[in-house]
Amino acid sequence: MSKINFLKPDKDNLTTFLYMGSFLFVISVIDVFLNSFFSLNITGFLPASLSFIIPIILGFIGLYFIRIEHSGYKFLDQVNKNINTSNFNAILSLLIIFIIIKSIPPILSWFVVDASFAGDSKDVCSGTGACWTYIKVWFRRFMYGMYPNAEQWRINLSFIALALLGSVGYFATEKFKKYLTLYYVVIYPFIAFLFIFFFISGGPIFFDFSYGIIAAVISIIIGFFIPSKFKFYYFIFVPITLYIALKYFIFYEELIELGKLDGLNWVETGAWGGLSLTFIISFFCLIFCFPIGMAFALGRRSDFPLIRYISIGFIEFWRGVPLITVLFMSAVMFPMFLPADFFIDKLVRCIIAISLFEAAYVAEVIRGGLQALPRGQYEAAKSLGMGYWRMHIFVILPQALKLVIPGIANTFLALVKDTPLIFVVGLLEIVGMLNLAKTNPEWLGFAMEGYVFAAIIFWIICYAMSKYSYNLEQKYKTER
Amino acid sequence: MDLKLQKIIPQLITVLVVVLVFGFFTYNAQINMENRGIDFGYGFLSQESSFDVQFSLIEYDGSHSYFRAYLVGLLNTILVSVIGIIIATILGVIVGVARLSPNYLINQFAAFYVEFFRNIPLLLQIFFWYFAALRALPLPQDADAMLGVFFLTIKGLYVPAFIWENLNVFLYSIIAAIISIVVIRIHARKVQETQGKQLPVFWISVGLIFILPLLSFLIGGVSLSFEIPKLKQLATTSFKYEGGISLPPELIALTLSLALYTATFIAECVRAGIQGVGKGQKEAAASIGLNPNQVLKLVVMPQALRIIIPPTTNQYLNLTKNSSLAAAIAYPDLVLVFAGTALMQTGKAIEIVSITMLTYLSLSISISILMNWYNKKIAIKEK
Repeated sequence: MSKINFLKPDKDNLTTFLYMGSFLFVISVIDVFLNSFFSLNITGFLPASLSFIIPIILGFIGLYFIRIEHSGYKFLDQVNKNINTSNFNAILSLLIIFIIIKSIPPILSWFVVDASFAGDSKDVCSGTGACWTYIKVWFRRFMYGMYPNAEQWRINLSFIALALLGSVGYFATEKFKKYLTLYYVVIYPFIAFLFIFFFISGGPIFFDFSYGIIAAVISIIIGFFIPSKFKFYYFIFVPITLYIALKYFIFYEELIELGKLDGLNWVETGAWGGLSLTFIISFFCLIFCFPIGMAFALGRRSDFPLIRYISIGFIEFWRGVPLITVLFMSAVMFPMFLPADFFIDKLVRCIIAISLFEAAYVAEVIRGGLQALPRGQYEAAKSLGMGYWRMHIFVILPQALKLVIPGIANTFLALVKDTPLIFVVGLLEIVGMLNLAKTNPEWLGFAMEGYVFAAIIFWIICYAMSKYSYNLEQKYKTER
Repeated sequence: MDLKLQKIIPQLITVLVVVLVFGFFTYNAQINMENRGIDFGYGFLSQESSFDVQFSLIEYDGSHSYFRAYLVGLLNTILVSVIGIIIATILGVIVGVARLSPNYLINQFAAFYVEFFRNIPLLLQIFFWYFAALRALPLPQDADAMLGVFFLTIKGLYVPAFIWENLNVFLYSIIAAIISIVVIRIHARKVQETQGKQLPVFWISVGLIFILPLLSFLIGGVSLSFEIPKLKQLATTSFKYEGGISLPPELIALTLSLALYTATFIAECVRAGIQGVGKGQKEAAASIGLNPNQVLKLVVMPQALRIIIPPTTNQYLNLTKNSSLAAAIAYPDLVLVFAGTALMQTGKAIEIVSITMLTYLSLSISISILMNWYNKKIAIKEK
């Protein structure tokens, strides 16, 4: 055995250094562990200030001893490579290990050990831990807001039905795959709207919708005879005009009578709330902001200067102001801009405001994708004789959208995270309900539990979304 | 002819629709305002506001004008944004670099931080800090002093106030230090370009920025003393700190949550930027004999910054806009003071909301112009 130099661990005395280093390191971890789990202090005989840093010193010396390159032990090399490359790294690693060990007991005791789950009144929550009873008692409110308890099956049923209808894409056979886009872009949102309007809201059947359906059918039939050059503008203006004409001038009285066939109790949107409202708002804003954003992205890259400037103005305006002021605007300013007898529901105004706001962000993301495509793609499509719409729908957008999946997913995540802001107009989704429950005199002092609960829910939703977008990105990654 | 028409018609239709929509809105607004007896105008800005604001950087009370109230809100918004941006940048850079650390524990810790904080809505975080975490702080009479002079209580953070004498001399010395540093840098660059020598610019700069202000203390007659907050009893159970500067809990909760939230995004920008610099660049720099510090300073950072700055600017803008969430916890920012209280009192919805939106719009646009200028300055100069 050669001479040992303790300041310079080397390979010759590998076992000695290994044993000593591991021993010191393990001692330091055990010290912190006992300290935090059992409140024992094995270095308690030392002065307080020294006892506090002794684990770090021991652990540091230990890690220093075992920092031997190419030792031949695979495990040791792994450890050295990953957490123990230099003195600085060793100290940081130790700190992180100690922080984790130190923070487990308080977190565990607050969440589980000292927490109360049983009962349904505040009295059971006398311990130092969390009061999950509070969440249990208020659970329906957090999920459904002020929606009447007896009617909540309607929300559940609608969401289950919509989830099933939404998963059609996974089960579609090859034959139906080509219709999926049409299904998801047009039919599915329409079904969703019917569910929300007739089922969750309990709106009188036929009340408003029949006009829309009639207008759509008539304009589609006429649309076949319109020359293709004007088809786009035709479909932008005619259905809406027809709808307004039908509603206000032609069928008004007759269909109102038909509309009296209501079956379900009407639940006004003011009573909606909780997590279900978060879902409803996110869902519709997602659906609306995407086509609007796409339109403005194309507008911003249009050859027509006026359309380009209008698009730039729109995008920069919405991107420059905070969402909260947009919601303020929809609440206090927007009613002033409408005819006095014209009333738009608060929830609808909110959805419009958030959709326009997020559409500007979606537009910028899609524009990035459009710009990233090489010119050759445009030129190739044009040389095949494709017109503007054909070129964009079949060649440009499919490629551009693939490129911007992460960006779009981020925008959608931001949208979901922005929904709590609707408290500005007095709609209470889950965070708003928490704030309401917190001020209930019988349940004072449980703000922490509520926020932690909501944070966990949001975290799961957002994390799942970001992981899903990552998978989607990998799936559609094309070699270039 | 046909081609020209094809170009003009769509534009005309679009403009027509936009004009019609705006015309419809203005027409309705006019009728509605007539019916309700509201007149349009910005004259109310000079009227007496007659409401108080809790926290203000400039002198303000109910006898001042609405315009002054607007300024108070604006300054509070800027205060939160600036503090938030500074903290978020520091934290974001640290976390971003930590995510690239070879140390497994450190990069996992950083990744955990990023995934955790960015997937929870900002509003929820603000509520959490304000209603749950900061409410658990001690009452003023029970608070322990941190470092002897800071008091963190349920009513806010109390820090010592600086009391300067001859503050202007001190400021002059700092300005002189900055100017001389700039001169030395220009000189050093010239020396490097002509003679290839590197002067120790960094250490000279550090020295200057400490020594000149220090001289102002010794010679210039500058003196600094602290006013430490003292506990004062108002009633048997009511205590308060007097003296020093008090930071309200709303400000603390807001800056903390804004910084923690935005730092996650900045960290991702920093990570992407550093990863975006090719490995070959570092190897090439090392092979011409630069030491690791020089590689970082002269080769990696200039290139990484070019990737980092545009998205980071966006995050700064987001932070500024997100600071409007202050209204949710009653921190008197622009939205709360102006679009909230002032609007309720005057009922001038259109004027006030439009002023508020314009303010944010110009704040965003000015930050993005500034950053675009900087971005252009450091962009690759192609010949």
